[in-house]
Amino acid sequence: MSEPLLQAVNLQCERDERVLFRNLSFSIVPGTVTRVEGPNGSGKTTLLRILAGLNDAWSGDLKWCGEPRSSVREEFQRNMLYLGHRPGIKSLLTPMENLRALMAARRPMPDDVLRQALAGTGLSGFENVPCRNLSAGQQRRVALARLLIADEPLWLLDEVFTAIDADGVNAIETLLQQRAAEGGAVVVTTHHDLRMDGMKKIVLGGGAADEC
Amino acid sequence: MNADARPVIKPIRNGVGAFAAMKAVFARDLKVAFRQKQDLLNPLLFFVMVVSLFPLGVSPEVSFLREAGAGILWVAALLSVLLSLDHLFRHDFDDGTLEQLVLQPQPLFLLVLAKTLAHWMLTGLPLVLLTPVLGVMVHQEGNSIAVLCLTLLIGTPVLSLIGAIGAALTLGLRSAGVLLSLLIIPLYIPVLIFGTGTVAAAADGASVGAYVALMAAFLVLAVTLAPFAAAAALRISLSNG
Repeated sequence: MSEPLLQAVNLQCERDERVLFRNLSFSIVPGTVTRVEGPNGSGKTTLLRILAGLNDAWSGDLKWCGEPRSSVREEFQRNMLYLGHRPGIKSLLTPMENLRALMAARRPMPDDVLRQALAGTGLSGFENVPCRNLSAGQQRRVALARLLIADEPLWLLDEVFTAIDADGVNAIETLLQQRAAEGGAVVVTTHHDLRMDGMKKIVLGGGAADEC
Repeated sequence: MNADARPVIKPIRNGVGAFAAMKAVFARDLKVAFRQKQDLLNPLLFFVMVVSLFPLGVSPEVSFLREAGAGILWVAALLSVLLSLDHLFRHDFDDGTLEQLVLQPQPLFLLVLAKTLAHWMLTGLPLVLLTPVLGVMVHQEGNSIAVLCLTLLIGTPVLSLIGAIGAALTLGLRSAGVLLSLLIIPLYIPVLIFGTGTVAAAADGASVGAYVALMAAFLVLAVTLAPFAAAAALRISLSNG
């Protein structure tokens, strides 16, 4: 087993005086897909935001490659990709401009590569159409195009399958599996039935949490 | 073992530099603003309207306008910056761009500084450029107009920077308008006092060097401290969102 990328020890989170989870411990190791499961309101999104560092209302320990995450924040953010409910796409810009701006902060890419990534998510022909003229699913695909060119070892994906059609879902499943085979680590929350070999699970709900 | 055979995704050691990331944020904000031109024109139109209502509503007398002109222009500029503040982070917050910004590996206060600079270029700078025209309209003399432009050129970035703190703090609220004004106006008052004081001193023929130096000190203080405060406020607002 390789060294865990991200390690959570005794995570606890309360929201509106309700305990979402307590004593939650798990490790995210390279080469795995981990699925966060639980009914609506069980704290899946909150857990992912905590892992990404967007939510500070938690207690416990989070370690990145063995070091406390708060002391290696810059390194952590450089190696982590988070896609949330809100896709981070500007509706006034075109898919091309959006993708270029998102990559500019991490790894600037030539336009050819960006165009290929957009084509890979089925957006060829839409590169220069303002995103507000695209459907909800297409806008999500712009955000997903990042996954085709991203090289961050850890991906945190919150409800990535929302508004995506069946073919798209299959393509993402394949991508995630391939990603794990290459040694990346992926954490997803979804209500879709994911069929993957060796998928790990974190089950939330009912105050306490179990890891499988 | 199996793990050694497969291609391993390596941790990223060298990221994009802070300056390149700031440029990207700045360029994107300008591009978005120019796609939505009415948002650009709003503060400008407001500025022109407020200034042109004073001669109509109070008095068109040359003596009154010469006396009060600089103050009117400063107050109008201040209010029009205040009016545009809510847009600074709101759209980015709604579409998730702000989450991605906070998670960028570069220091957040530098990215906030780039965003605020873009905001000033789109609101404060046009106000400064319009000031000579409106200055003539309210019967200011050439020297006063020059000093007025100078104070606004130094003062409006301070307004944007201080405003960024308020905009970031009130981001989680549904209707932030009133609270934002209440938070920000007290901090704007010193800038306003010294801005109009400088023009009054110039009109009296006094030396304005000390006034301008003091305003420049405000600017330095705002540039160095406000981005830190705004970045911290953004993290708090996102944490609750």
